[in-house]
Amino acid sequence: MKLHEYISKQIFARYGVPVPQGKVAATPKEAGKIAKKLGGRVVIKSQVLVGGRGKAGGVKLAKNAKEAETLAKSILGMEIKGLPVRKVLVDPAIDIASEIYLGITNDRAARQPVIIASAAGGIDIEEVARTTPEKIIRAHVNPLLGLQDYNIRDLSIGIELERKHWPAFHEICKGLWEAYRDNDATLAEINPLVISGAGELIALDGKMIIDDNALYRHEQLAELRDLDAEAPTETEARKYGLTYIKLDGEIGCMVNGAGLAMATMDIIKLFGGQPANFLDIGGGADAEKVAAALRIILQDKNVKAVLFNIFGGITRGDEVARGILEAMNQVKPKVPMVIRLVGTNAEEGRALLAEAKMITAETLAEAAKKAVAAAKS
Amino acid sequence: MGILAGKNTRVVVQGITGREGLFHSERMLEYGTQVVGGVRPGKGGEWVLDGKVPVFDSVKVAVDATGADCSMIIVPQSAAPDAMLEAADAGIRLVVCLTEGIPIQDMMRIRAYLDFKGVQLIGPNCPGLLTPGETKIGFIPGDNAIPGNIGVVSRSGTLTYEVLYALKLVGLGASTCVGIGGDPVKGLNFIDVLQMFEEDPLTDKVVMIGEIGGTDEERAAEFINQNMTKPVVSFIAGRSAPPGKRMGHAGAIVEGGEGSAADKIEALKQAGVQVADHPEQIPEFIGK
Repeated sequence: MKLHEYISKQIFARYGVPVPQGKVAATPKEAGKIAKKLGGRVVIKSQVLVGGRGKAGGVKLAKNAKEAETLAKSILGMEIKGLPVRKVLVDPAIDIASEIYLGITNDRAARQPVIIASAAGGIDIEEVARTTPEKIIRAHVNPLLGLQDYNIRDLSIGIELERKHWPAFHEICKGLWEAYRDNDATLAEINPLVISGAGELIALDGKMIIDDNALYRHEQLAELRDLDAEAPTETEARKYGLTYIKLDGEIGCMVNGAGLAMATMDIIKLFGGQPANFLDIGGGADAEKVAAALRIILQDKNVKAVLFNIFGGITRGDEVARGILEAMNQVKPKVPMVIRLVGTNAEEGRALLAEAKMITAETLAEAAKKAVAAAKS
Repeated sequence: MGILAGKNTRVVVQGITGREGLFHSERMLEYGTQVVGGVRPGKGGEWVLDGKVPVFDSVKVAVDATGADCSMIIVPQSAAPDAMLEAADAGIRLVVCLTEGIPIQDMMRIRAYLDFKGVQLIGPNCPGLLTPGETKIGFIPGDNAIPGNIGVVSRSGTLTYEVLYALKLVGLGASTCVGIGGDPVKGLNFIDVLQMFEEDPLTDKVVMIGEIGGTDEERAAEFINQNMTKPVVSFIAGRSAPPGKRMGHAGAIVEGGEGSAADKIEALKQAGVQVADHPEQIPEFIGK
C-alpha cells in the first residue's frame, strides 16, 4: 500500500529525519494560510499516488501567500493520470545546493534489504540505474543484524559526500532504516535528499510503500489507504479477501489460485477470447466469498460469459458449488456460465450443481473453448 | 523416497486443531502420510482425528515424544513466523509452511535464521510436497498424481494440481512434486529443487512451472543450461497479464519490464527448455 508524500514525511520526521515544516491542505484558503505562516515562498505539491506529478503540473512554486492560494486552487481541481487531487502539501521553498537519492527496499534475489544512495538525486533513479549504473551505490543489510554504521560509511564514501555532511547523513540513514523496519515498508525513499544553501540535509520528498501482508499489525496505517488509487470493485473485492483486477475483455473468470487464474486468462486468449478480469478467490473460499466474487464479476457490463475454473486443494469443490448456487440465486445472471470443477470434493460439488443451468467442462482447454464460444453466441 | 520426503518421513502438524489443519491432516493420513503428532499450544494431551493423532503444546515436546523430522505449518498468518522458528529450534529437518500472507521482512529474517540452523524450508504460501504413492505433506490432492519418473517443481499452487492431473490422464507419474510457493522470499527455490532432481536416480525428466514476476525463472534457465543433463519442460503463467498489475501472488507482478512472461520464456528456450503454451500441453512435450 502506497502512502502519500505528506504521510511518509511525517513518519520519517518521527525517526529524526529532517523534513520541511510544511502542512497539508484540502482547500485553497487553507493553503494560503499555511503559506502565510511559512513566510510566503512555498511549494504547492499535489498529493496523488502516481509518479510524474511535477511533469503533469502538479507541483508549483508560489512567491507569496496569495499566489499560493491561487495555485492551490488550480492544483486541487486537477486530475493527474486519472486520479483526483484532493490534498496539497504546502512546504516552505528551500534553496538547493545539491540533491541526493536515498532509499531502502527489499532485494528479493539476495533475500536482504538493500539501502541505495546516489549523488544523482532528484530525478528518476531507475533512469540513472539504466544509463549510469556506476552512480548507484548499494549496501545490503543483514536482516537479522540490521543496518550497521559501516554500511552507512560505505554509502557516504561511495557517493563522495563531503565529510562535513557525514554525521547528518548518518542520522538520516539510521532514521530511514528504522522507519522502514518498524512500519514493514517494502520501500522507504527520499528523493531528493537535498543539501540546502545553508548546508543542511533535508528530505524534500518522501515515499513509502507498506507491505500489504503486514497491515494486520499496522492498523493506523491500514486506515490511511487512499481508495482513489484503486477501482471501487477492487476495494469491494478486498473486503471479501478476493483479489480482483478488471481488464478489458468479455470473459469473466473466477479461479482459485493466482497462478491458475493467470493460466486460465492465458488459455482464454490462446483460444481467441479476451479475459474480462483476473480473480483469485484464494484458498479455502467459502460460499459467501464465491457469491461476492460472482457479483463483482457481473458488475462489469462487458462480461458476455463467465468461466469458473476450480481445482480443489485447500479449496473444496462442494463449498464453491454452494457459493455458486447462492450467488446465482442472488444475482440471477443472464450470461452463460461455464464451469470446470476438479480436485478436493469435486464430485460432491458437481452433484450439487447438476440442477443449475451451467455448461460443464472436463479439461482447462475444453472449458476455455466453451467459454469463448459462449461469449460469441 | 522422494527428493525430500518418503513413506518414513514423520510429520508433525503445527496448527492441527484448526478447521483447515484437521481437514488436511485427515487427507494426509488417508494418503498414508505418517502424521505422528500435532501442535497447538494449550491443547497438549488431547487427541484428534478419532484418537489417531496426539496433540502437544510445543514442537519440542512433539519431537521428543514422536521422533518427528518434518513439520507442516498451517497456522494463522500472525502465528506463522513464530511457528517456523520454533520448528527450526526443535530439531526439525524439513519445514513445510502452507500459511500465506507472511510479511516479507519477517521472511527475510526467518530464512536467514533457518539457513543458519541448516533447516530446509518449503514455502510459505505454498501447497506443499507430494511423493506419489508414499507421502503428501500439504494440500496437493493425492489422487491427482500417480508415481512415476517426472520431477515437478512449481511456484503456483492450483496450477501444480492442474499439471499433475494432466500428466496422470495420459498415464504419466511424478517422482516428487514440490510447490515452492509464490512469495518473493521463501525457502527452497527453483534452482535448489532442480539440483535435487538432477541428482535423484528416480527422476528422469523435470517439469518446471513458473509465473510472471521476479527473476527466479531466468536464474533457473541459466542453471539448467549449465548444470542439467535431464530434459526440462516448462510452463509460465501470466502471458496475458498487463504490466504493472499485481496478480494476487506477492511474486506475480511485472516490475518495470523485469519478470515478464516473454522474458522468462525466451530465457528458458535459450537454455533448451521446451515451453508449453498451456498446462495441458505439458504431457505432449514431456513424452513417454
